[in-house]
Amino acid sequence: MTGGKRTISLLVENVPGVLSRIAGLFSGRGFNIESISAAPTMDRLVTRITITTTGDESIMEQINKQLNKLVNVIKVQDLTETDFVEREMALVKVKAEPANRAEILRLVDIFRCKVVDVSPTHYTIEVTGTAEKLGALLELLKMVGIREITRTGSIAMAREKK
Amino acid sequence: MEILKEEGVDTVFGITGGAAIELYDELAKTDIRHIMVRHEQGAVHAADGYARAKKGVGVCMVTSGPGATNTVSGIASAYMDSIPLVVFTAQVPTPLIGNDAFQEVDIVGITRPCTKHNYLVRSIGDLARTVKEAFYIARSGRPGPVLVDVPKDITQAKADHTPLPSPSLKSYNPRYKPNMKQLKWAIEHIKEAKKPALFAGGGVILSGASKELAEFARRLNAPVTASLMGLGAFPASDKLWLGMLGMHGTYRANMSVQSCDLLIGIGVRFDDRVTGKLGTFAPHAKIIHIDIDPTSIRKNIPVTVPIVGDCKMSLAELNRLLGKEQFTPDPESNKLWLDQIEQWKKTIAVAYEQKHAIKPQYVVEKLYELTKGDAIITTEVGQNQMWAAQYYHFDEPNRFITSGGLGCMGFGFPAAIGAQVACPDKLVVDIAGDGSIQMNIQELATAMQYGLPVKIVILNNRYLGMVRQWQELFYEKRYASTDIEQAPDFVKLAEAYGGVGLRAARPEEVEPVLKEGLSRPNLVIMDFLVEREEGVYPMVPAGAPITDMLLVN
Repeated sequence: MTGGKRTISLLVENVPGVLSRIAGLFSGRGFNIESISAAPTMDRLVTRITITTTGDESIMEQINKQLNKLVNVIKVQDLTETDFVEREMALVKVKAEPANRAEILRLVDIFRCKVVDVSPTHYTIEVTGTAEKLGALLELLKMVGIREITRTGSIAMAREKK
Repeated sequence: MEILKEEGVDTVFGITGGAAIELYDELAKTDIRHIMVRHEQGAVHAADGYARAKKGVGVCMVTSGPGATNTVSGIASAYMDSIPLVVFTAQVPTPLIGNDAFQEVDIVGITRPCTKHNYLVRSIGDLARTVKEAFYIARSGRPGPVLVDVPKDITQAKADHTPLPSPSLKSYNPRYKPNMKQLKWAIEHIKEAKKPALFAGGGVILSGASKELAEFARRLNAPVTASLMGLGAFPASDKLWLGMLGMHGTYRANMSVQSCDLLIGIGVRFDDRVTGKLGTFAPHAKIIHIDIDPTSIRKNIPVTVPIVGDCKMSLAELNRLLGKEQFTPDPESNKLWLDQIEQWKKTIAVAYEQKHAIKPQYVVEKLYELTKGDAIITTEVGQNQMWAAQYYHFDEPNRFITSGGLGCMGFGFPAAIGAQVACPDKLVVDIAGDGSIQMNIQELATAMQYGLPVKIVILNNRYLGMVRQWQELFYEKRYASTDIEQAPDFVKLAEAYGGVGLRAARPEEVEPVLKEGLSRPNLVIMDFLVEREEGVYPMVPAGAPITDMLLVN
């Protein structure tokens, strides 16, 4: 499988099993899910799902068509073709010893993150941004010592025409 | 039950069980006919055969747990072949779901990838709407099986029924009408083509587009081939008929597709058994692909002009456009093309030589002659299926009923039961192998119980013949686990169930046995002891270009 990263935005009916239908389609047909995130929209009956995947044109065409074929899927949008905003969030628990606390807080400041939990030995940092930004921060925090990490996967939305 | 009647259901195939008692109790109060099978797989195949012969939706009802899991092969077969079914499975009571209760299984989870859609009914209030949707989804767009899982407590509850309007689903809206721009683009290619070929599939039969296809072929004066599922979509007696395409296709069909400059695929999905090696398929052709399911288009092969739409409507529109333009093919290039095909036809025909032992092809050919091509033929899977496809010629759709996509052994006999229920006055023959027939042989009791005079023709070579043929050709004749010499006496078996059993061991016995068997008003097994190591030819090895044909034994 070749081709770059793709971001797909789906509107689906918020019914039991809908996520497993989508995940099952990807695994059953040999497509790849890099990340997936789902939550209801303002309309509780409708869920928005963002999937990032990889694949060339023909794989993307099949993914698009196969998703559309699922009865519970209302709309499929391949955002990669358009101008869009993409964000990811992570919570990172790092070792915060007296010697490196100042360094950690400097990074938090530079990356415009927040410290959301403090203990005598650890900070938990909340960071939001593109996958690249998260990657860059994590690289730097690695040097301090990451204890635990949880990431949301991408959520994305098309930009309005200017 | 009210909904079933609203949907025009007159027959249900199934077998009861603990969780299904209420469903069956209610079913018995209606005038809907129930065909009680002896194994749930038989119920689904029977409903499949029924749906195809009747051109309607087949309905099954089974119990929870093992009843539900036994339906899976049948559902998967119907899914691959796009056959509209609604399968009701009973489920343990709602409070027990998820507790590993007795006879509980997550059948909605299990069948998710092999149904068009499925439902677990969670409250009695949802039941009517769900059933309505299930029928709508099963029969609309590209048809397919829909499963409805109904917990026992929901079948125990009562609800008043007021007829519902036809469902409209915001997320499901099949598109029938083809795009005019695409059609016009297709016409441009048709006008340029010097060597066009048409390739029809199961979609033509499902949308009832045979008449439109014949007119289209006539307007182009173009040859027509078909997939296994498409047999009968175009009359086999027509001079434009090429025979079947693909692994066991005719020489002229494969050569035509490989040489044509325009291939028009109609209701097909370019399965690997048809295309052979993908990169070498139809190398000189532009391809127009008409299908109601967008996922079929460009899934396997690149397409020049995709047309998403119903086959019948699309062909009718193309015919109208061609008529408006008063299109006629260029006589000179058309003649050259058809002469070339005639030449291929003469070079190598699908053939065999009847010598001392009975040739299976001879049995099928005789069956064709004696029935004048006017029977509904079901098949099992393997050599029997290919010989049926090659030597029984279909002039009309919905006469050939086979498990095409899934290739499910054990399909033919229960499907014949379903077809016979749908068409009580027609002759229904299951062309079987001795291996496949044993996979759902228990349904002999079902056929007897309902007085269904199905005829079973066993091409008995005491092998799992198709695999044996591959072993002969590609595994140096190591016949690992394909010899099934140990088998029942099929004549006595038929008699044990109360039917008629006949046997032919020599070529001269073939015709008398067929004549007698076909004339009996009962369930008949005709056991033909055929040449053991006869192969299906022509044959294209899997993964080879379809011109690489092995032609003789």
